[in-house]
Amino acid sequence: MANILVIAEHDGGQLKLATLAAVSFARQVAADTGGTFDILVIGETVGAVAESLRPYGAANVLLADHAQLQHPVADRYARVIEAVAQSRGYGIVVGAASTFTKDILPRAAALLDAGMLSDVVGAHQEAGELIFKRVMYAGNVIATVTLAGDLKFLTIRPAAFAPAVAGSETSPVVPIPLATDQLSSFAEYGGREAKVAGRPDSTEARVVVSGGRAIKNAEDFERLIGGLADALGGAVGSSRALVDSGITPNSLQIGQTGKIVAPDLYLAVGISGAIQHLAGIKDSKVIVAINKDADAPIFEVADYGLVADVYTAVPELTAKLKP
Amino acid sequence: MKILVPIKRVPDPDTKIRLQPDGAGVASDGVKFSLNPFDAIALEEALRLEEKLGEMDLVVVSVGGEETIETLRVGLAMGAKRALLIKTSADLDSLAVAKILAAVYQREQPDFVLMGKQAIDDDSNQVGQMLAALLGIGQATFVSKLELVEQHTQARCARETDAGLETLTVKLPAIITADLRLNEPRYVSLPGIMKAKKKPLEELELAALGVTAVSRTKILKYETPPQRQAGVRVKTVDELVDKLKNEAKAI
Ligand SMILES: Cc1cc2nc3c(=O)[nH]c(=O)nc-3n(C[C@H](O)[C@H](O)[C@H](O)COP(=O)(O)OP(=O)(O)OC[C@H]3O[C@@H](n4cnc5c(N)ncnc54)[C@H](O)[C@@H]3O)c2cc1C
Ligand SMILES: Cc1cc2nc3c(=O)[nH]c(=O)nc-3n(C[C@H](O)[C@H](O)[C@H](O)COP(=O)(O)OP(=O)(O)OC[C@H]3O[C@@H](n4cnc5c(N)ncnc54)[C@H](O)[C@@H]3O)c2cc1C
Repeated sequence: MANILVIAEHDGGQLKLATLAAVSFARQVAADTGGTFDILVIGETVGAVAESLRPYGAANVLLADHAQLQHPVADRYARVIEAVAQSRGYGIVVGAASTFTKDILPRAAALLDAGMLSDVVGAHQEAGELIFKRVMYAGNVIATVTLAGDLKFLTIRPAAFAPAVAGSETSPVVPIPLATDQLSSFAEYGGREAKVAGRPDSTEARVVVSGGRAIKNAEDFERLIGGLADALGGAVGSSRALVDSGITPNSLQIGQTGKIVAPDLYLAVGISGAIQHLAGIKDSKVIVAINKDADAPIFEVADYGLVADVYTAVPELTAKLKP
Repeated sequence: MKILVPIKRVPDPDTKIRLQPDGAGVASDGVKFSLNPFDAIALEEALRLEEKLGEMDLVVVSVGGEETIETLRVGLAMGAKRALLIKTSADLDSLAVAKILAAVYQREQPDFVLMGKQAIDDDSNQVGQMLAALLGIGQATFVSKLELVEQHTQARCARETDAGLETLTVKLPAIITADLRLNEPRYVSLPGIMKAKKKPLEELELAALGVTAVSRTKILKYETPPQRQAGVRVKTVDELVDKLKNEAKAI
């Protein structure tokens, strides 16, 4: 039996949808092992996030709400997770892989002397033991692994688990008592660069349009990649080449060391298809590549390939897709 | 000032990863190994701090087998003062590596630790955060800008998060993990390699450190994920739109 704690992620009170993939993972493992799962929401004035998580089958939605938890500073959040895990005795703590969980969960795991697996894409039980699959080597290897210990920490790859669907039963919201004087404060949060509003996040969008080195500057990126994304109601992304040259911010990078996406439709515009980029897009349902080099490796994974100059093909495509 | 830079030997990012025929592991014959790219970035940042602040004790440390010496020499050639190899032939998971590095930290007492955010073989992205927890000190992960402030008692960091750039000021000592935009690592020069041969490289048996580090992770099997099949080529934008609408029903 494994009782599971799911760490919810939100952004200023807005639930990150990937959390529902972690919930679905927890639901599956709890059902397989005859356990239950709770969801933990950490933050300040995040009661609404907890409320929104009530119809997903958790035994409890736990709420750690405090002014000192306004910002996701790892040392404080890890302490909260440590305290909750210790007092309620879980077998698994899990979150959807993101920079938020990658920052906080390994820290909480070590506080509890628990082992951790990142980027889990599957789990099943065999002879009473949980067996996991995780991705390594830029997506080139899937390892089947076990993790010893009574408490295991995991991040799961959201693309690998269909988001949980709301049911009619609701879970109680249980406030967590916090000894805030015990919260460490090794770091002071200094704010976040205002996010350019408008387009969805590439990890949550149904369509992602990504640009690569073929795009020469930021205006072209906005006009060509942004324009096509808008015509499709999608998100924008980029290869590392554009991040390196300062044309796009790091938060747009898709790949092994950037975001992993799994949209219904991924358009790779002027991207060669290096393994580090492919690592982030392989789970897309349909991949389209536009590249002027007929031998570009991206064509080996694309469902539809168009050999063309992006500077002429993309405006034409955008014009034809505009509603 | 003293900075500790943990570095890992990993297959070169351009190497094609193949599995052993029985799936028991990753084939290593003919594979080129290099310094984990994120660790090169971390070391580069330490070297730049030294250029700015004056001479420092820059120590690179790696946990691994005899072959890891090659990687440590690259660190020395880049400019580290000395190298430390914690010798073990065991396959260690992130928590085990973090425990060993914690013992190294206690021995070396650096002002802070600069390391990669992720090793590109296992892609775990855990060791830095675990090390910070074990030592009971602060952390700043995915750092793309680093500045020492308040008489070098704090580090003001820009962090690359999914939601955009964040600023975090962390008390030192702390663990700082490097993201790719932090800097562009220097090339190792030939004179650098020659000089590196004379720099101190200390080897220490794991047992001598007094840590028992046992992996809880056990890899039962390695597989290659199903490959995507190449699809079709379309000749025109019109044909692409038609396929997306009527065949893939993706738009
Ligand atoms: C440790 C490590 C981690 C990395 N992590 C990532 C990662 O997470 N994500 C990532 O993307 N990369 C990553 N990389 C970098 C990766 O190896 C590639 O360098 C990068 O993906 C290349 O980007 P690109 O395809 O845009 O550029 P290029 O490889 O330069 O390709 C540009 C393509 O555009 C085509 N082109 C040029 N002009 C036109 C035009 N006018 N019309 C049509 N086509 C045109 C060219 O034919 C070419 O195929 C990583 C590398 C390392 C070493
Ligand atoms: C072929 C192969 C087989 C393996 N088999 C197993 C196995 O069967 N069981 C098992 O438990 N483990 C195995 N491992 C090792 C293990 O998975 C990782 O080395 C360990 O979990 C560390 O995690 P990471 O490298 O992903 O670290 P990350 O958390 O991704 O690395 C972050 C940073 O930590 C530092 N770091 C990481 N490792 C070291 C190190 N050794 N020395 C110095 N600094 C370091 C670096 O600065 C790095 O940038 C295997 C490794 C390989 C290459």
